[in-house]
Amino acid sequence: MARTLINLPRTARRGEVIEIRTLIQHVMETGYRPGADGVVVPRDIVTRFTCLYNNEEVFSAELAPAIAANPFLSFSVVAAESGILAFTWSGDNGFEQTETRSLTVT
Amino acid sequence: MRRLLLALLLAGVVAEARESGFVLMSPETQAMQRDDTANPGMLWVEEGRALWDSAGCAGCHGDVAGMRGVAARYPAFDAASGGPIDLAGRIAQCQEARQGRTPFPRESEEALALSALVGLQSRGMPVAPPEDPRLAPALARGDALYRQRRGQLDLSCAQCHDANAGRHLGSSPIPEAHPTGYPLYRLEWQGMGSLQRRLRNCMAGVRSEPYAYGAAEYIEIELFLMRRAAGMPLETPAVRP
Repeated sequence: MARTLINLPRTARRGEVIEIRTLIQHVMETGYRPGADGVVVPRDIVTRFTCLYNNEEVFSAELAPAIAANPFLSFSVVAAESGILAFTWSGDNGFEQTETRSLTVT
Repeated sequence: MRRLLLALLLAGVVAEARESGFVLMSPETQAMQRDDTANPGMLWVEEGRALWDSAGCAGCHGDVAGMRGVAARYPAFDAASGGPIDLAGRIAQCQEARQGRTPFPRESEEALALSALVGLQSRGMPVAPPEDPRLAPALARGDALYRQRRGQLDLSCAQCHDANAGRHLGSSPIPEAHPTGYPLYRLEWQGMGSLQRRLRNCMAGVRSEPYAYGAAEYIEIELFLMRRAAGMPLETPAVRP
């Protein structure tokens, strides 16, 4: 399991725009670099990130080889209703990780 | 002894206008370090928090908050070896001697994670190197190593970091070399690294043969640098470009 840091408020007023920041530990190996033995290291990157808000996709991103290790993503959503936000990173070698956070809307 | 006095005197002179490499960074990178939710070093801290329990540290030391101030006191005198020991060395020694297990290798993700976790407990505290007279010979050797010209470029640490600090080497500003944020996340490395990794970078930069990880020379240089940085606040886990 990769380590993640997810920052969002626990509570928000209805209609408020909240900022969500995510960071995941990942090498983001480009697939273009030769290793110490001269052989190209195979690509190993996160290719897709999605954020589901009560099972509805509110944000997604496609990631590419030129993105640095431990990708940091920041985005905003409108706090519509209380519920669960699910963050999923998926990528090469069957990498997939989902983290969830709850949000209370008042 | 004279050399030690000289070093202390020098530290006193430098003390007036010392600054961390933090101030030379872009506002964006500074913001990254300040914000724990954007600082990638915190990923290693979280890893360290998990290891603190799973590797058995908590069994003796209890809550990691009890390690407050520890990182500010290293390198310290180690009675077992009769010389200075750095924080990473102490963690490895604890694992080997007290837990009877193979320590995490230097510069492994696990070793960096534990050092970062322990270092974080002292964040903001002033560097407080121990005033132990038994450290004097190692301190003098560290001072000499800092001033020793080396490599094909025939440069010493002092020639850049004392004589030309604040100026530029190519496009990069030259910091004063205060090791207040280690282990730190370096954007160039895209990962976490110790002071020894940084020293190896500089040694390779002047085209000299770096010492092996864990070499006594690194710990002597660290001892000297931490004495030189006495009183400056710890930043672990710092971010550097």
